[in-house]
Amino acid sequence: MSKEIKQSKIAFVIGASSVGTLIEWYDFYIFGMLATIISKQFFPANAGTAALLSTLAIFAAGFIVRPFGALVFGRLGDLIGRKHTFLLTLVIMGGSTFAIGLVPGYATIGWAAPILVLILRLLQGLALGGEYGGAATYVAEHAPVGQRGFWTSWIQTTATLGLFLALGIIILIRSNQGVEKFSAEWGGWRYPFWISIILVGVSVLIRMRMSESPMFTKLKSEGKTSVNPLKESFGQKNNFKMVLLALFGAVMGQGVVWYTGQFYAQSFIETVCKIDFIQSRNIMLVAILMATPCFVLFGWLSDKVGRKWIMLFGMLAAVFTYRPIYQQFLTISSTQSRADKIDLAKTVASPAKVKVDSKDATQFIVTQSFDTAYTDGAVFKYTKTDSFHLAAAYDAMVPIDSLSPSIIVSKSAKPNVVLEKILGHSDFWSMIWLVFIQIVYVTMVYGPIAAFLVEMFPTKIRYTSMSLPYHIGNGVFGGLVPFLGTLIVEFTKTAQNPKGDSLAGLWYPIGVAAVCFIIGLIYLTNKIDKNVMD
Amino acid sequence: MNTIKKLSGYLWMLMSPLLILFLLFQANQKISSAAAAVKSNVILQWSIILLIFTPICVGFFIFGKYASAGEYDHLPESSEEV
Repeated sequence: MSKEIKQSKIAFVIGASSVGTLIEWYDFYIFGMLATIISKQFFPANAGTAALLSTLAIFAAGFIVRPFGALVFGRLGDLIGRKHTFLLTLVIMGGSTFAIGLVPGYATIGWAAPILVLILRLLQGLALGGEYGGAATYVAEHAPVGQRGFWTSWIQTTATLGLFLALGIIILIRSNQGVEKFSAEWGGWRYPFWISIILVGVSVLIRMRMSESPMFTKLKSEGKTSVNPLKESFGQKNNFKMVLLALFGAVMGQGVVWYTGQFYAQSFIETVCKIDFIQSRNIMLVAILMATPCFVLFGWLSDKVGRKWIMLFGMLAAVFTYRPIYQQFLTISSTQSRADKIDLAKTVASPAKVKVDSKDATQFIVTQSFDTAYTDGAVFKYTKTDSFHLAAAYDAMVPIDSLSPSIIVSKSAKPNVVLEKILGHSDFWSMIWLVFIQIVYVTMVYGPIAAFLVEMFPTKIRYTSMSLPYHIGNGVFGGLVPFLGTLIVEFTKTAQNPKGDSLAGLWYPIGVAAVCFIIGLIYLTNKIDKNVMD
Repeated sequence: MNTIKKLSGYLWMLMSPLLILFLLFQANQKISSAAAAVKSNVILQWSIILLIFTPICVGFFIFGKYASAGEYDHLPESSEEV
């Protein structure tokens, strides 16, 4: 009977902690998922890659401040307790996410828009920096001996499920609204930010019912809590050397594998392979859903065989297979390889659409789309946009091709061509498998890591000590993967090769994971610490 | 194994300043070659990169120093050792 009560109590602890953490990840990720739209809303029009890079930089800023959140809230968690600290982080996260959804666009308030978004993004990062360490510590301190990897692996699923929830909600809203309505200044892209306040409200209510960690309560009743967790964590060599080992021998590699598999993959599929918005997110959704149980599998397995080898194998596999996987993404989505598969019967060019400026009838935009269908079911949509300025108001009765050159004051030098590819059934599934493989690597490196970190540090400074390496590894090394990856590809662009080397961005995660693998191999032990009560 | 731990510690110590130099070299090269219109953006990007990775490289140097001094020959097995 007592065992049943204990099991149900652990299940409640896991459930209550996981729901809150999942929502925090959801809040944090919707920004990245909507990066292309946000770059258009909060930065000047026609800024192109510069706007996307700036948005990714704001996205990355949220990651960069995570270690500071770890220090602030980790210290608080070791001083006043786990429960109240991660209740506070949840409220900060929910409030700032909701507020991002309320910031007017660049068109309305100019540069104040990106500045406000940056500030709110920094608050999100600080909150997340305090959340994860608290939740992982809280669950681990409730888990029975010999099952710590298994129970904490549920917390590990929340980051991926938060991403899943973010993708799901975005797809649902976008499918119901269409591109224009969704991407408008006050369009549907804001709804995922607003929905957050409801999710956070529910989670706060659940968390308020939770009790403090038994180990922390015991320490507190014995008057053994740390007086200065920051000094004890980083000022004492014996603990600081373990912080450094955790960072360089495990977490930095885990961070880059996580963010390459779940963020860089999506960004690559959408912006490099040019896969349609909905289909690229469906690829991620299905792959995530299929791979998520592996978190629990590898968490459970780490209780049996140790944490070290599972994490290191995940890193090694990533190092050797990332480039072939991403090359395969390019091959599957390439236009050249399917030139002989064009289905002429289904290939159509839609009539040109003219949109006249509401304030000036002499200016208008012409949009025309060409849908190239292929025998394997794929459809590649080319949308060409030209802008015109005439000497007189545009007459809708005159076809565009018949406009007299003498009346055209100016015309866009080069039409803006947008390509969106919808893959056929077989290629769609090939893409899913390629993402699935990467997410399995994620589950290998991430599933056991909470238990691994908890076992490295003593109870009285655990929150602070494990949070800092975790958030430097994930927030800085991992969070910068999309930004640095895109930046490295930009560097490879030359006049002779304007597209650059699309795979060059992978050298960053491959390099970091390789160094981390070597350090982990040499310095880490595979021993499981049975007693985390000390 | 302890010899490998110590010797590789020197390698990490050597790598840290080299990484900082590499980043400084890259920053200088990219900022000088950036077009005037995007120069301030490039300067900002590289300032952020240097600001973040320099302390991490310093941490990596300390890690190497500890490793070369044999601090990781035996990892603590209980909190009393920490």
